[in-house]
Amino acid sequence: MAQLVPLIVALPIAGFAFTALFGRRIQYAYGRPPASLVPVGAIVLTWLIASAVAITSLTGGFGEGGASVTLWRWIPAGTFSIDIGFHVDQLTACLLIVVTTIGMLVHVYSIGYMAHDGGYWRFFAYLNLFMFSMLLLVLADNFLVVFAGWELVGFCSYALIGFWYRRRSAALGAKKAFLVNRVGDVGFALGLAAIWVNTQTLNIHDALERLAKIDATNHGLVVLIALLVFCGAAGKSAQFPLHVWLPDAMEGPTPVSALIHAATMVNAGVYLVARVNPLFGHAPEAMVVVAGIGIFTAILAASIALTQTDIKRVLAYSTLSQLGYMFAALGVGAWTAAIFHLMTHGFFKGLLFLDSGSVIHAVHEEQDMRRMGGLWRKIPITYWTMLVGAVAISGIPPLAGFFSKDEILGSAFKNGFLWVWGVGIVVAGLTAFYMFRLIGLTFWGTSRVDPAVEPNIHESPRSMTAPLVALAIPSAVLGLLIGFPPENGLLAGWLRPVFEGTVKLSGHEESFQLFGIDGALILASVTVAVIGISIAWRLFGVELFNLRRAPDPETVQAVTARAPFLYRASLNKWWFDDLNDLVFIRIGGRVAAACWWFDRVIVDGTVNSIGSVTVVAGRELRRVQTGRVQNYALGIAIGLIVMAGSYLLIVGAPR
Amino acid sequence: MSNSLDSYLVLSGLLFAIGSFGFLARRNAISMLMSIELMLNAVNLAIVAFGSFIEPLKANASVIAIIVMAVAAGEATVGLAIVIAIYRNRRTPLVDEYDAMRQ
Repeated sequence: MAQLVPLIVALPIAGFAFTALFGRRIQYAYGRPPASLVPVGAIVLTWLIASAVAITSLTGGFGEGGASVTLWRWIPAGTFSIDIGFHVDQLTACLLIVVTTIGMLVHVYSIGYMAHDGGYWRFFAYLNLFMFSMLLLVLADNFLVVFAGWELVGFCSYALIGFWYRRRSAALGAKKAFLVNRVGDVGFALGLAAIWVNTQTLNIHDALERLAKIDATNHGLVVLIALLVFCGAAGKSAQFPLHVWLPDAMEGPTPVSALIHAATMVNAGVYLVARVNPLFGHAPEAMVVVAGIGIFTAILAASIALTQTDIKRVLAYSTLSQLGYMFAALGVGAWTAAIFHLMTHGFFKGLLFLDSGSVIHAVHEEQDMRRMGGLWRKIPITYWTMLVGAVAISGIPPLAGFFSKDEILGSAFKNGFLWVWGVGIVVAGLTAFYMFRLIGLTFWGTSRVDPAVEPNIHESPRSMTAPLVALAIPSAVLGLLIGFPPENGLLAGWLRPVFEGTVKLSGHEESFQLFGIDGALILASVTVAVIGISIAWRLFGVELFNLRRAPDPETVQAVTARAPFLYRASLNKWWFDDLNDLVFIRIGGRVAAACWWFDRVIVDGTVNSIGSVTVVAGRELRRVQTGRVQNYALGIAIGLIVMAGSYLLIVGAPR
Repeated sequence: MSNSLDSYLVLSGLLFAIGSFGFLARRNAISMLMSIELMLNAVNLAIVAFGSFIEPLKANASVIAIIVMAVAAGEATVGLAIVIAIYRNRRTPLVDEYDAMRQ
């Protein structure tokens, strides 16, 4: 079984190579669907193999420590040697399931979604490359290979956000995502350098073992490395203050938003921190930072999501908020809960994004929710699956989001991070509210769709609705399936070997006995979620059960008028884009211009003048070289006379 | 005057000056070679004169003079061969036209 692991990476890159080389010709010769045959087929095969590998790993087929496959030595340079190798343990297996399942469904969905796009083959080529990079990142047993996958997913993200590169906003969004990610990656790269210098290895397993030993003598260094690694994770997972790129990444095609910017790539940061959990276990100070930034991002993004009108942006801020939850979980030491939420969130957020794509498709590329409404009868499959996703993310039992979110909040409470729990429960209420605001504005009430488009609204084709249904099922039952009962469910059993040591180290394990509190905690979070939904229900109306009339703009306005500052803050995303504009574009631009002037005038000027001095001197001295023997001989004679004469003059004639 | 070291050295210096003038001023390659011979022989004359007037140098001087003659013979042979080879190529014996290196 372990021999199949390299295939998981090889198939997508083969699909990419094929599509990149021949896709265009196939598309022009035979039409669009045949062009997607190879890339989609490759991913379906990858999914099958990855599922087999994941199941083997989770059922203990590889033993507790997991299986390693080393392919070849990549960089043999003296003591610095890097192997290309893969390691499959239970954590990897969980990620494999999420990445390949959602990846496969998104590929299928894209067949229908991109059916009218000229860049069809290019889209599938990039998607395959992304799958390769993501799987490389997840499977690699070496920090440098992880970093390579890390940068490759960043590139794919860039290429796919800017897929419609003729649109200025898409090109700018792609650039922004790329640049902001680089900021985090600098930290990650520095962390890797620090790991190499101090442990002489970049193999993840060995490096973590040696870092644990270093902790006894140099605790500050371990904390520093943990923070640097977290810096990279925060960039890729869009945590404050590097969160600004994710909403703008929504300029890409919707399947990309679902796959890369909701379900897989943005989880890479969470995965990385979970992967190096022994490092963080030795650096509790860094974990507090992780928890703080995570929960702060969660409430920040949730507050922004309340007032956004672009359907995909609401989901983007929701993704930020949920990623914040995951980091908060990592920070409070609830490792299993973080991975649990990563998995359930991958499914329901992927579902929500694909649903939003279906909605956008139905109303002819309209993304503004103010021009939707009343769609539930016209696109029923989309509506019902999206409702499942919305209920799941809101944390209503027994859907998936309830279990994972509750485990995070419960662990935060029981591990003594009351402030994380307090903020988290507010975020849970906000989440329920903005999700049902989205549902209300989009599907309920009266139609505000452009009258010209209205008669043409239709449900999406089979290839799009099938993935929706396929994702709705895990969104509904995954939590119950692998997360119940909390702390003793399937997932907890799978991940125990991965996180056991760290949990012991943090000393949180004994708190698991406090079962009595759980009931109260669950009640609290469900109540908050129900309150959020009820308010959204009241404000954005529902004619579904004849309980309320159509959406109620007056009430909404009255509420927003009561807190104008908060409303404007939320609408303007707490002015982070403006702040960045001021600090980095205006002030930073001035500094850069000054540096440029210094470089151009002082540095280049010095170098250039040294250059021109030699040129002029050479041109003048060239004349001495006449090529005539007698001139040279004359020179020798004169030189001789001068030397002999000066000897006689200075030293005097010999006696 | 006739039997002193100075008169030999003056003669030798004159010969050397004539030789170096010829080497620097004549354009013909053959004449330049001849001027070199003149300079070499001027030096030889000085050496032999030193040998016969200064007792400790007696034995060494004749040896050095013979070596200089041998070297001069070799130099003349090689120099003439080069001059003839260049002459065959460039059809001129004038050294100021041998300026291929400058181009």
